[in-house]
Amino acid sequence: MPEHILVTRNFQYPDQPELKIALSRGTYEQWKRILSEKISPEDIINEVKTAKLRGQGGAGFPAGVKWGFVPQDTPKPKYLCVNADEGEPGTFKDRALLEKDPHQLLEGIAITCFAVGIHTAYIYMRGEFYDPQRIVQKAIDDAKKEGLLGKDIQGSGFDLEVIIHMGAGAYICGEETALLNSLEGKKGWPRLKPPFPALVGAFGCPTVINNVETISGVPHIMNMGGEAFQKIGTENDGGTKLFGISGHVQKPGLYELPMGTPLKELVFDVAGGVRDGHELKAVIPGGSSTPILKPDELDIPLEFEAMMEAGTMLGSGAAIVLDETVSIPEVFMVMSRFYAHESCGQCTPCREGCTWIYKIARKIYEGNGVPADLDLILDLAPMLDGTTVCPLGAALAAPAIAIVEKFRDEFLGMMKN
Amino acid sequence: MKTLSEPVRREALAYLELYPKKEAALLPILHLAQKDFGFIDDEAELAVAELMEISPVMVRAASRFYFMYHHQPIGEFHMQVCQNISCTIMGAETILDHLKNRLGIEAEQVTEDGKFSVERVECIACCDRGPAMLVNEKLHTNLTPEIIDQIIGELDPSRKIK
Ligand SMILES: Cc1cc2nc3c(=O)[nH]c(=O)nc-3n(C[C@H](O)[C@H](O)[C@H](O)COP(=O)(O)O)c2cc1C
Ligand code: SF4
Ligand code: FES
Repeated sequence: MPEHILVTRNFQYPDQPELKIALSRGTYEQWKRILSEKISPEDIINEVKTAKLRGQGGAGFPAGVKWGFVPQDTPKPKYLCVNADEGEPGTFKDRALLEKDPHQLLEGIAITCFAVGIHTAYIYMRGEFYDPQRIVQKAIDDAKKEGLLGKDIQGSGFDLEVIIHMGAGAYICGEETALLNSLEGKKGWPRLKPPFPALVGAFGCPTVINNVETISGVPHIMNMGGEAFQKIGTENDGGTKLFGISGHVQKPGLYELPMGTPLKELVFDVAGGVRDGHELKAVIPGGSSTPILKPDELDIPLEFEAMMEAGTMLGSGAAIVLDETVSIPEVFMVMSRFYAHESCGQCTPCREGCTWIYKIARKIYEGNGVPADLDLILDLAPMLDGTTVCPLGAALAAPAIAIVEKFRDEFLGMMKN
Repeated sequence: MKTLSEPVRREALAYLELYPKKEAALLPILHLAQKDFGFIDDEAELAVAELMEISPVMVRAASRFYFMYHHQPIGEFHMQVCQNISCTIMGAETILDHLKNRLGIEAEQVTEDGKFSVERVECIACCDRGPAMLVNEKLHTNLTPEIIDQIIGELDPSRKIK
């Protein structure tokens, strides 16, 4: 197995969710070592900072830095919320991490909580994740029985409860502050920031929110050391990332690659290129919220900054590959319908803007568009960016502008005049 | 006036222990209530509010905001077909049309015998295996019209295929 395979190391074994088996393969070793060698929380946070572990939920914020924002002198309880609300269209990595290696995640949760001084962790899981819920709940119960979670873990005096909280179908709850409101039983409306969750999060208390993949990487940092982890990736993006690739490729699936691997390599080598007898039309590189790329634009390293410089985003690392059979106006219609459907409705520019863009996209798709519709989209879209409580509006705006600009001819071709 | 069955009630009360504020148990308890009652109508909302001793308007806000709560009956087998990009380009529309034809209903409808309902949903996080759908809690992937026929046949062997 290549050396860079970390979080997917045990994906090949169907029995990995069983605790005894996971233990025999080394899971929880770092957690036990931290407790027995009395490694200090500061040392763990520093290791994660050195590792340059970036948040894998889409925004790429350095995890160790985020943990460092949590005040240590507060009398309030602190919480960890693991973001398992995976809903970004095209993305299917967290489901795999939950189903195939739940103990890796639990070990990551334990280490994270120990580092930040947290005694309650909620795993906010999307409501439709029935299998992942069953698998992770069994893993929690088993780990507790084994004294790896729960009260006075391994005789260390450290307590940790891990609780699964099921969502109920709303993409917006993946946004971290909507997630907090949803956890509290409210509508999933994002909150204004500041205050940031590290200071005022769940139940008004300091809270760390991290994606499933981010947390799953933590035991590997403790195993190999922050420096070695960073070196697998690039200067600012340490380690590996799970890339999901779907659509018209030979080998759709999930691949763990070093940060900085060229997008081209993912599409053509790793996933085998487009299916036989077809040609590449476009790639949506990191989930539907990331601007589309044409075939000649794929020579970009898969890392957060480089993707931004190229006018798109790494996002959740979920590439959707489109061949020449795909109708771009249909993709645009489906994409904008999603944001119109999922806008939480609290900001006028997003609520109205997403709906308008969807209406125009549908009109074009149904063959009733006129060229002025394209300019209307280009006028409208920037109004969704920076005028709202959360970036959901922007998550449609940027891809809408890109798709209209890059495929203007195909849109025009569908129009009568 | 609806009341939750005794085992569900006990399960619901256990949820209250998991959070520092009882309101946080609302989503899980609404899931339980939906399992018990089949769907969440005004009376179900009131039953939940009463059990949790919270205001009915808070229950209403959540039950109407989240898409997984239904406000009218759904089929015994609820088929949620993904209609997002990856599934669409792999033929999700054909799958949906086939399903509707076989069952003789439109999306968001229930068959007359109450057995099946069809709903179009957004990405369900298995995009490399599309087209995909959930039938109740079970995930089905790489769907073809033949697989759809097979699924319906297994769930309801006596059903006359239309
Ligand atoms: C509209 C929207 C949806 C999001 N959905 C998810 C999601 O499904 N899963 C996730 O981990 N992060 C999601 N995020 C990002 C979170 O807000 C947050 O950045 C992340 O959970 C932080 O964890 P990380 O630093 O480990 O990535 C979303 C953000 C936005 C604006
Ligand atoms: S931008 Fe949209 S989704 Fe985000 S808070 Fe405003 S209305 Fe809600
Ligand atoms: S697009 Fe259908 S499962 Fe993701």
